[in-house]
Amino acid sequence: MFPWLTALIAWPLVAAAAVAASGRSRSGIPGPRATALTGALVEVALLVGAFAQFETGAAAEHQLAETYSWIPQIGASYAVGVDGVGLLLVALSVVLVPLVIAAAWREQGGDMTRLRRYLVLVLILEAFMVAVFSARDVFLFYVLFEAMLIPAYFMIGAFGHGPQRRYAAVKFLIFSLAGGLIMLAAVLALYFQAPADPTTGLRAGDAFLTDNLTGLAIDPVTERLIFCGFFLAFAIKAPLFPVHTWLPDVAENAPVGTSTLLICVLDKVGTFGMLTLCLPLFPEASRWAAPVIVALAVVSVLYGAIMAIGQDDLLRLIGYTSVSHFGFIILGIFTFSPLGTAGSSFMMLNHGLATGALFLVAGFLIARHPARSQLISEYSGLRTVTPVLAGMFLVAGLATLSLPGLATFASEIMVLVGSFEGSPAAALVAILGVVLAAVYVLLTYQRIFTGKPAEGLGALPDVGGRERAVAGVLVAALLVLGLVPQLALTYVDSPADRTVAAVEGSNQ
Amino acid sequence: MDNVIGLAPWLVGFPLLGAAILLLGGKAADRWGHWLGVAASAASGVVGFILLAAMLGLPDDGRVLDHHLWTWLSAGGLDVDLGIRLDPLSVTFVMLVTFVGTLIHVYSVAYMAHDPHRRRFFAYLNLFVAAMLTLVLANSYLLLFVGWEGVGLASYLLIGFWDHERTNAVAAKKAFVMNRVGDMGLIAAMALMFATVGSVSFADVLPAAAGEAGPAGRLEPSTGTWTAIALLLLLAACGKSAQFPLQAWLGDAMAGPTPVSALIHAATMVTAGVYLMVRSATILEAAPTAQLVVVLVGGITLLFGAIVGCAKDDIKKALAASTMSQIGYMMLAAGLGPVGYAFAIFHLLTHGFFKAGLFLGAGSVMHGMDDNVDMRGYGGLSRFLPVTAVTMGLGWLAILGVPPFSGFWSKDRIIEAAFVGEGWQPWVFGTVTLVGAGITAFYMSRLFFMTFAGTRRWDDDHHPHESPFLMTAPMIVLAVGSVALGGLLAIGGTFTTWLEPVTGHVEHHEPVLPVWVITTLTLVLVLGGAALAFLQYAARRVPARAPHGSALTRAARRDLYQDPANEALVMLPGQVLTRTAVYADKAVVDGGWLGLAGSVTRAGDQIRKAQNGYARSYAAMTLAGVLVIAGVAGIAAAVTQ
Repeated sequence: MFPWLTALIAWPLVAAAAVAASGRSRSGIPGPRATALTGALVEVALLVGAFAQFETGAAAEHQLAETYSWIPQIGASYAVGVDGVGLLLVALSVVLVPLVIAAAWREQGGDMTRLRRYLVLVLILEAFMVAVFSARDVFLFYVLFEAMLIPAYFMIGAFGHGPQRRYAAVKFLIFSLAGGLIMLAAVLALYFQAPADPTTGLRAGDAFLTDNLTGLAIDPVTERLIFCGFFLAFAIKAPLFPVHTWLPDVAENAPVGTSTLLICVLDKVGTFGMLTLCLPLFPEASRWAAPVIVALAVVSVLYGAIMAIGQDDLLRLIGYTSVSHFGFIILGIFTFSPLGTAGSSFMMLNHGLATGALFLVAGFLIARHPARSQLISEYSGLRTVTPVLAGMFLVAGLATLSLPGLATFASEIMVLVGSFEGSPAAALVAILGVVLAAVYVLLTYQRIFTGKPAEGLGALPDVGGRERAVAGVLVAALLVLGLVPQLALTYVDSPADRTVAAVEGSNQ
Repeated sequence: MDNVIGLAPWLVGFPLLGAAILLLGGKAADRWGHWLGVAASAASGVVGFILLAAMLGLPDDGRVLDHHLWTWLSAGGLDVDLGIRLDPLSVTFVMLVTFVGTLIHVYSVAYMAHDPHRRRFFAYLNLFVAAMLTLVLANSYLLLFVGWEGVGLASYLLIGFWDHERTNAVAAKKAFVMNRVGDMGLIAAMALMFATVGSVSFADVLPAAAGEAGPAGRLEPSTGTWTAIALLLLLAACGKSAQFPLQAWLGDAMAGPTPVSALIHAATMVTAGVYLMVRSATILEAAPTAQLVVVLVGGITLLFGAIVGCAKDDIKKALAASTMSQIGYMMLAAGLGPVGYAFAIFHLLTHGFFKAGLFLGAGSVMHGMDDNVDMRGYGGLSRFLPVTAVTMGLGWLAILGVPPFSGFWSKDRIIEAAFVGEGWQPWVFGTVTLVGAGITAFYMSRLFFMTFAGTRRWDDDHHPHESPFLMTAPMIVLAVGSVALGGLLAIGGTFTTWLEPVTGHVEHHEPVLPVWVITTLTLVLVLGGAALAFLQYAARRVPARAPHGSALTRAARRDLYQDPANEALVMLPGQVLTRTAVYADKAVVDGGWLGLAGSVTRAGDQIRKAQNGYARSYAAMTLAGVLVIAGVAGIAAAVTQ
């Protein structure tokens, strides 16, 4: 069978090499932008192929699987495969990349050399993102989890517009490394839990496979310690209150394309890890920690929203809205209801589409400002100047506040209704986030787009075809998944049942 | 019916398509866009009429139909079909929304003729019609919620239609956010429904509330559960229908163009809360405490709105206060149980006609008075706007409840129903509705006399004139409805019988006072209120500037201090909380991590000095990490052994 996932992982690297080599001469060779976009679109075609091979009837199983021995001495394999949730997140990565590339068309002030480097990094990051959501070997997952940091670090620090981009990049790196190192300890500790040959004391050459590490009989204290190691790394990535403080700095200082990929896709590794590693591998510890985690998730929902309301920097504001949304996702995961879990899985996809739209449209807006200001207070009255841009921003904002009819609503209501079953009090408090979301979205829209145009902004050009296409794809996806959420739910429903059964089953 | 039910999705489809074409069509659609908007709304009305005719051909017990379209959301034990419920209640709303809606579309063609963004206006109006019909046609609470927030969005877009004025944008946001406060109730109610019944579809939840077995959730349904669900639904209804304590947005919503006020903030959207209550009848009946709260909310709001209405000089705000008050009547009726449902909906229907007519009349007056809304600057306008004066006059008589106009048939029955019952309740509720009727007569007569009677108070800059035919024609049609609709549907109990498949058959209940006494009292109070207004605003000269007024008048002018109360109780604490949180995030949370990183770096510095300075700054972090690994691995190894 065709190795779809390996192809999806390898192709962006090929494309990255092509971009690096592209357009150095003026001999009619396609430039870096066209090369990168073509590469990313071919990747979309590969994705369609992978979807065609995937059987939704067995969405809870890992499909498109490939397993090769990698470092048998330590039990590591190159093992990839996706269940429905992993496939949707791979899809999110693959769909967002061409949009980010198209949105970055005029990034870096027309400096084609810098833009080429940026696009190379985007494609390398894409390969890592696809790989990390496909990894079925804990060691491989860990390596990718850390390796992603390298392109991400440069995409923030070397290409950002904010004055503190280096600070933000280092902060991102340190937070991630701290989490990653703790996770490494947990990975090693987990390895020693794998059954060893009684005579030689050696462990199997594929001991790190997720399947081989599921259902181990681990001493409760050890299980909890290892769980905490994994969870902390994921919580920093996700990010969960109070380890979220790197995220607003990154959002403020990085280019919007970086923020889109980082916050809309890469951070999902955190919640994806909670869902696919923490819960099945450490069911008892997950239940043990759930009350605290649910409380932190609810705090995140409200805290992120309140912080968003209080921001003047538009990109920082969007960063905080994600803290709020990740709170919802984690709430759905750790209340252990099939509905909430399915809702969280779906929300991981929808948040990427909605927040991606918001980030990219905010990027269009900021690029138009004569001084590239990100401060909301320096904008006013743009609805009369750039009506289409205003409409795009409003629709992206409405998706962020989960307006019914859009995909984000379906997932949010599933999370709230589902988590109510598991923890009524937590769900009821989290519902307050619905009102706060209306405030941070509509207040922002009011400040930027209504009233009289601010001085110097009276003649900004409205969005062009490229920008309309970028926003149009995301809005169309949000509408279709809002009207027929079943298109995505068939991929997450049975994995959710399986995950909840694994957690509940260990309770017998 | 079978051959026409397939048309039902087009009720929503036509206006939705209209909105999409108008929004995406660009400037090319500017020339004909408004007529497309009218056509889309009218097409929906035609479909509604066909379905009504088909339904009349069915036997009474076959008039509740669920039409499945597609599986909308099915995961984790929740199964929701995207489907349409056609029954007398939803069809009544379809007729009201499409009929009044189409008239208002026509009116808007002329009213918005000089607005450069008329196409966008019609797109939003079409969007509203689509969302409103989704709301009333939904066969589950979840789909109802799509329409529910959809009309909220349309309302937001239309209140803020002229958002180059910041105050209009603020009013729009206020409406949306206050509505969302109510919407939390609907979300929580759905969560509770899923937990108890395992479903949010009408076909499962409503029979379960009536005690009929159905699918079961994890919780055992009890009176307490149903009370909680009913109160949460009431919270949602309060937001949407501007009922106390979520009423403060409606007055500000008058910032929108007047046709919007007529359609959304008078005839249809704001009555959705009453629809929700009547639709959830079995839930309310399973929760007597909640029913009492519904009646109280309705009673408080009907007096609140009536008092505010007496003091407003802005013609639209006076009408808005009146709308609040009239919906209070409907809410009260809905809380009375089976004896009140049909009258709640009946009053909703007649009110939809006469209040829309009154608002369109107000728009016509504004049109002739250069958008001035201050009634103290009107006076003696009947000579200049004769058609407007007559149509508004008929609407005025209808809302007063003068026989045989429409309002008499619906409001009088609510007052009668309020007097039904035992103990203190019928006396209190009955009195409230009676007093409300008297105040209504006063403020509506005040509005009518200040506008059309007395001497002119405007200066020579104004040249009042009658509106064009496209505006007066809808006003005339609505005036005919204000005159005749109530009587036509009340005679022989036509309307109550029509609604019986939804509201159930109700035996006649005798009020605590004889009916003729109640009717006489009502008419005396109405006459008294109107006479008082005549003496003060028609027989005497109205000061062009508002007098200082009594404490109550001043309070009523400021909406009984609803905004200061909200600011003190919600907004100010919210702002303090936000500022504190923003400060704490930087100083405490982030500061804490930076402090931790700093101390690790300092520890690294110490080691670095000891090693003559090889390490770079982040090596300290790595070191710390390795130490943690070693520690955890050591512990893990120790525990495993």
